[in-house]
Amino acid sequence: MSELLKVTHLQKKFGDNVVLKDINLSVKKGEVVVIIGPSGCGKSTFLRCLNGLEEIQDGVIVVDGLPVEAGKREITKLRQKIGMVFQSYELFPHKTVLENIILAPMKVQKRSKDEAIKEALELLDKVGLVDKKDYYPRQLSGGQKQRVAIVRALLMHPDILLFDEVTAALDPEMVHEVLETMLSLAKSGSTMLIVTHEMSFARAIADRIIFLDKGEIVEESSDAKSFFIKPTTERAKKFLKTFDYE
Amino acid sequence: MDINILREYIPLYKDALFLTMKIGWQGILLSLILGLAGAAILHFRIPVLKAITGIYIEIFRNTPLLVQLFFIYFALPKVGIKITAETCGVLGLGLLGGAYMIETIRSGLESIPVIQTESALSLGMTKEQTFIHVILPQAISMSVPGLLANIIFLLKETSVFSTISLMDLMFTAKDLIGMYAKTIECLFLLVVFYLIMLLPVSILGSIVERRMRYGQFGD
Ligand SMILES: Nc1ncnc2c1ncn2[C@@H]1O[C@H](COP(=O)(O)OP(=O)(O)O)[C@@H](O)[C@H]1O
Ligand SMILES: [Mg+2]
Repeated sequence: MSELLKVTHLQKKFGDNVVLKDINLSVKKGEVVVIIGPSGCGKSTFLRCLNGLEEIQDGVIVVDGLPVEAGKREITKLRQKIGMVFQSYELFPHKTVLENIILAPMKVQKRSKDEAIKEALELLDKVGLVDKKDYYPRQLSGGQKQRVAIVRALLMHPDILLFDEVTAALDPEMVHEVLETMLSLAKSGSTMLIVTHEMSFARAIADRIIFLDKGEIVEESSDAKSFFIKPTTERAKKFLKTFDYE
Repeated sequence: MDINILREYIPLYKDALFLTMKIGWQGILLSLILGLAGAAILHFRIPVLKAITGIYIEIFRNTPLLVQLFFIYFALPKVGIKITAETCGVLGLGLLGGAYMIETIRSGLESIPVIQTESALSLGMTKEQTFIHVILPQAISMSVPGLLANIIFLLKETSVFSTISLMDLMFTAKDLIGMYAKTIECLFLLVVFYLIMLLPVSILGSIVERRMRYGQFGD
């Protein structure tokens, strides 16, 4: 399997505050990598660096052979390869579900409206929301909004999907439907980078677990089950103790 | 108050109302165009143009319309630029209004969370596409109450037009009082006709504001 994302010696600072230190990571096609770590450790910032929403101070990020450089015009090409789903959904409130989904495929990829709608409806159907296609975001529950946001990202046919705590803002009864959607994406072979606090979900979906603390990768494991039972570093042990996962 | 006098004067006021509205709405249209252009310049922080826009806003917000009109109507011809009183009215109102519209639209743009922009960018949209399809429509709808307040303000400012001999409502009233001294009737009609012009916009404003308070987009 080929390497889709490669991060070498990434450093990110906000002013003098070093938020990410010497991060090295490579993700292969079809791999599901889950990033966990205490709040404020730099998880969101890391994902944001990957699609050029943040400038980096040192290191290289390469997606599908091309360097990610924030601020450059070419970044819009790269971002089409990188889907991102936010904790707060960030649907466009003035557009209906369908309009939200087809906007970028039409404007960015210049796909025909009919074709975009056709695929949008297929994907909406898969997540059980086709009957909501003409609703506005405000008329949907949090879980429904998040599934629409996922479909919106998928319609761009990204090579890799970034999820930043996409269930953190949801009522508990809605978490499940979103996680189900992500599990089925993983099964279908999508390459995913997931930041989450749902530990049992992390264990179920991860090909690899990354434990980030204070801006550094402290522990990395390709065996999710044993990581959660028996982490090797003290810091990971301490972090996992704060969760009473099953 | 003499009903017959009112009846006699009403057609004159009607003509004046049409002229006031014509110039008023053309000026407002110009102010909206300037408002959009200026707000976009400030939003994208376009060098040079941004500074010019800033200076423009300060000048036109800090001088009376009367002075601006005098400048356009009496000073410009001295340097060879001659325009009609009507054009002068439209220009003056448009330029004054533009300065206010820019500020209103700009604060609407600023009220849209940055993460909405990031959400659009992360879909591969350019800054321009993001502005046009995602940020501006939301900002405009946030700005509607402010824009309507500006429109009411501008329509009221049209009363200054009489000073450059435009036969607007104010001019007509002054003229009739001067000639026939029917002061009460003339002023009564003046108030009535201003209300005819302004009340609909005002009512629209409060309807929109109520709409915005309940529902709108939100979560
Ligand atoms: N725009 C910003 N400006 C300054 N500091 C920031 C900014 N965004 C995040 N940070 C800081 O970077 C650190 C990591 O934040 P974040 O990536 O959001 O953490 P996490 O997602 O793991 O909770 C925090 O200390 C936070 O205060
Ligand atoms: Mg975060």
